[in-house]
Amino acid sequence: MTGKIHSFQSLGTADGPGVRSVVFLQGCPLRCACCHNPDTWDFNGGENVSADEIFRKIKRFKNYFGKEGGVTVSGGEPLLQPEFIIELFTLCKTDGISTAVDTSGCVLNEKVKEVLKLTDVVLLDYKYVTDELYKENVGCEKAHVDKFLEYLNSQNTDTWIRQVIIKDLNNNADSVKALKELKKKYNCIKKIELLPFRKLCIEKYKNLNIPFPLAETEETSKAEIENLEKFL
Amino acid sequence: MNFEQWNGFVDGEWRHIIDVRDFIQRNYTPYHGDSEFLKGATERTKNLTKKFYDLCEEEKKAGGVLDIDTENVSSLCSYAPGYLDKENELIVGVQTDAPLKRGVHPFGGIRMARDACKAYGYELSQKVEDYFKYRTTHNDGVFRIYTDEMRAARHCALLTGLPDAYGRGRIIGDYRRIALYGIDALIEKKKEDKRLIGLENASAESMNLLEELYKQIEFLGLLKEMAKMYGFDISKPASNAKEAIQWTYFGYLAANKEQNGAAMSFGRTSTFFDIYIERDIAAGVLTEEQAQELIDDLVLKLRMCRHLRTPEYNELFGGDPMWITESVGGMGEDNRTLVTKTSFRMLNTLRTLGPAPEPNLTVLWSYRLPDGFKKFCAKLSIETDAIQYENDDLMRNDYGDDYAIACCVSAMKVGKQMQFFGARTNLAKLLLLTLNGGVDNVFGTKVGPQMDVMDDDVLDFNTVMERFRIYLSWLCRLYVNTMNTIHFMHDKYAYERTQLALHNTDVERLMAFGVAGLSVIADSLSAIKYARVTPIKDEETGLIVDFKVEGDFPKFGNDDERVDLIAQNLIRDTITELRKTPTYRNAIHTLSVLTITSNVVYGKKTGATPDGRKKGEPFAPGANPMHNRETNGALASLNSVAKLSYCDARDGISNTFSIVPEALGNNMDDRVENLVSILNGYFLNNAHHINVNVLNRETLLKAYEHPEDYPNLTIRVSGYAVNFCKLSKEQQKEVIMRTFHEAV
Repeated sequence: MTGKIHSFQSLGTADGPGVRSVVFLQGCPLRCACCHNPDTWDFNGGENVSADEIFRKIKRFKNYFGKEGGVTVSGGEPLLQPEFIIELFTLCKTDGISTAVDTSGCVLNEKVKEVLKLTDVVLLDYKYVTDELYKENVGCEKAHVDKFLEYLNSQNTDTWIRQVIIKDLNNNADSVKALKELKKKYNCIKKIELLPFRKLCIEKYKNLNIPFPLAETEETSKAEIENLEKFL
Repeated sequence: MNFEQWNGFVDGEWRHIIDVRDFIQRNYTPYHGDSEFLKGATERTKNLTKKFYDLCEEEKKAGGVLDIDTENVSSLCSYAPGYLDKENELIVGVQTDAPLKRGVHPFGGIRMARDACKAYGYELSQKVEDYFKYRTTHNDGVFRIYTDEMRAARHCALLTGLPDAYGRGRIIGDYRRIALYGIDALIEKKKEDKRLIGLENASAESMNLLEELYKQIEFLGLLKEMAKMYGFDISKPASNAKEAIQWTYFGYLAANKEQNGAAMSFGRTSTFFDIYIERDIAAGVLTEEQAQELIDDLVLKLRMCRHLRTPEYNELFGGDPMWITESVGGMGEDNRTLVTKTSFRMLNTLRTLGPAPEPNLTVLWSYRLPDGFKKFCAKLSIETDAIQYENDDLMRNDYGDDYAIACCVSAMKVGKQMQFFGARTNLAKLLLLTLNGGVDNVFGTKVGPQMDVMDDDVLDFNTVMERFRIYLSWLCRLYVNTMNTIHFMHDKYAYERTQLALHNTDVERLMAFGVAGLSVIADSLSAIKYARVTPIKDEETGLIVDFKVEGDFPKFGNDDERVDLIAQNLIRDTITELRKTPTYRNAIHTLSVLTITSNVVYGKKTGATPDGRKKGEPFAPGANPMHNRETNGALASLNSVAKLSYCDARDGISNTFSIVPEALGNNMDDRVENLVSILNGYFLNNAHHINVNVLNRETLLKAYEHPEDYPNLTIRVSGYAVNFCKLSKEQQKEVIMRTFHEAV
């Protein structure tokens, strides 16, 4: 079984607990305004690599993972390649490597459910708290994501909610308070991470000749994040 | 032996023979807790530190050297006592009669001493000049017998940084012996050794050793005199923590007064001191605050050490370093940790006195170290960029559990082994010499086997390797013989009497060779193997001066077996070839992959290489992958270096790792945890050494533009720490250019 791989990073500390290797899968159906990986959208891009080969690569870093770390599959939208992840995670599990998926939560089917069974932590990009913002800035319905979260809760899967804070879209107390409510409602949510909107990806958009919808939006400061975190 | 100063210590072998390790093992208290118990700097310490920093400021204004005593030849008793602040200092002793004033050491070479004085606006006194008219220096001796080939290899910088004009250093006296036994007992032991050797037949070897012992005994006597000048009688053992630290420091001070060795390392003292500190605390005569003050004062003294160097030397080893390496932590052979509260106190000086490059704090890492200690180290690394880590689990195999690091990465059993330092050879240059059939394409020097310049067809890997082996074999023999020459003369004319008096008489010798440019030659050979490399010749000289490279090739630093294996084999081949030539005094051949800051100068003196590096561009330091050739992230880069075998490079494999804080995690707690995980993983993968810098490139850029705003910015470079602003602009630029691992 091969997957379409965008890239591999041996050291990630921002995508799940501890020190992790991150596999970026190619292809995403969404077009989020704040996306920092536009080069992972195209389903025709990427390189075909077998699950076994990726596993062997990950295994080379096992000693660094410690108690907490492991592998994170990100993207793109990784859950569009569930068979590949099932094979990869099965290999990881037999070797005692902890697994995480970084997803938008917009796809849920039987195969995806199988992936989730093999997943220790789900990093759910819960992008906004209203359906309007979802429709305008993501291109999918918030209901899909909520359904995904319901399912995670029903399975007791450890979940980290992540949200990129963007000026004039969700940098307000009400939005953050809504996330807090979410955590009260779902026991599976172990952590909420507010991430600052950054524009480091602007070069990527230029190179791909794709307009960056938030080119004019200011980056979010650390201070603002800290301020909003008080409402959590 | 029996001394009242030993009351309360557990009995053992150490009472009957000189054996500091046995004393430590029987008496120390491992510490498994965290750093909560530590105290900060007292007012006294703060005042003293300020005095020191003010002096450093004056030193900087004076152009880097505050003052030089040009009248006297530096030795144990040639200066009146000097003080930073006589009333308030707890530990005393400076190298000359005033702090930061440098002495002259002409025994390594009179010209070096003369030039160094001149460079800072001083003149060596006629008295010293006259004296050395009739005395042979180490430098004189070496050049009397250097062969033409040795001179040629040295001239074109194939062999560089050789200790043939200054003290070789890298010898660590077991200064702790003075505190534990007192000088008189040490003299008695040496006299007994001398008597026993006198019973043997009078061979050249035994007579040489007898004369060395005579000198050792003479200098132990001088050491006692020196201490007396400061008002201390060190003939008997130290009776409390303060004396133990003072006695030990006197040994180190004497070594520095006698020798201007390239690296003058301190040893492994923290856990030894801890025994005295714990005894005093238990007796109610010392508080935690006072214990920290004693360590602070010792470290302040170490930070005040200086040697007089020429500007050329500084170009090679930037930042006025002395490699006052203190090794901290590690595990014992009986599986108890050697971490004690004083291990914490020693590292805590980075806070009580502020970050600084000296002493060169080296943590001996094992995944079995106590958690609290690991976290404390990681946190200090993130705060100060002043710590290096070395793999205790690897080194303990070869050196037991009472070894220390000399210089950057050179392990040796304290008091039982010494090293013949051998700088390094430039492997990238050797490859170019190979292609050009024995002509250096930068200096035009003819050296080595003479062959035709290789054809300008696409280079064939096997043909190149076949030829390279011939040159490597030739070079290794020349290198060993050059080292034999240097160390024969060093023993003869600049023998380290004080330091060797603090070693066992039957000391084991290591001869430490080194290579530079490993990632450059590995990537170059990879390019020849996996891409198409066509040499470009200079029309006038007919020599290959550049390369056309078509296609991609695997690069060292990506955990890619194809090229990593090339690097591994280069090291194995080099040490194997070196071992074929016998060494002076039967020293054990060892090898390091270390450049210090000389990677800039090496690059400057080396032509364009097949990996795409242009003529004159710096090499990566030590065993580092070349800058910005890593595409799989930080851990892949660490894995490539970890593959280099310590068995083949027992003198150490240096890696300098720079990462931006965000790439380690979002907050301090995560960063500490993650750095601990990275260090555990790296060392479990059998890597040997790592310098950790956690900082942003922007900080360095700002310090480059406005050094006055960053007077104490410390960073780790290959094997040591340095004050960034003391580096040359060229070295600073190279550091800025290096890969900084960023958040993904």
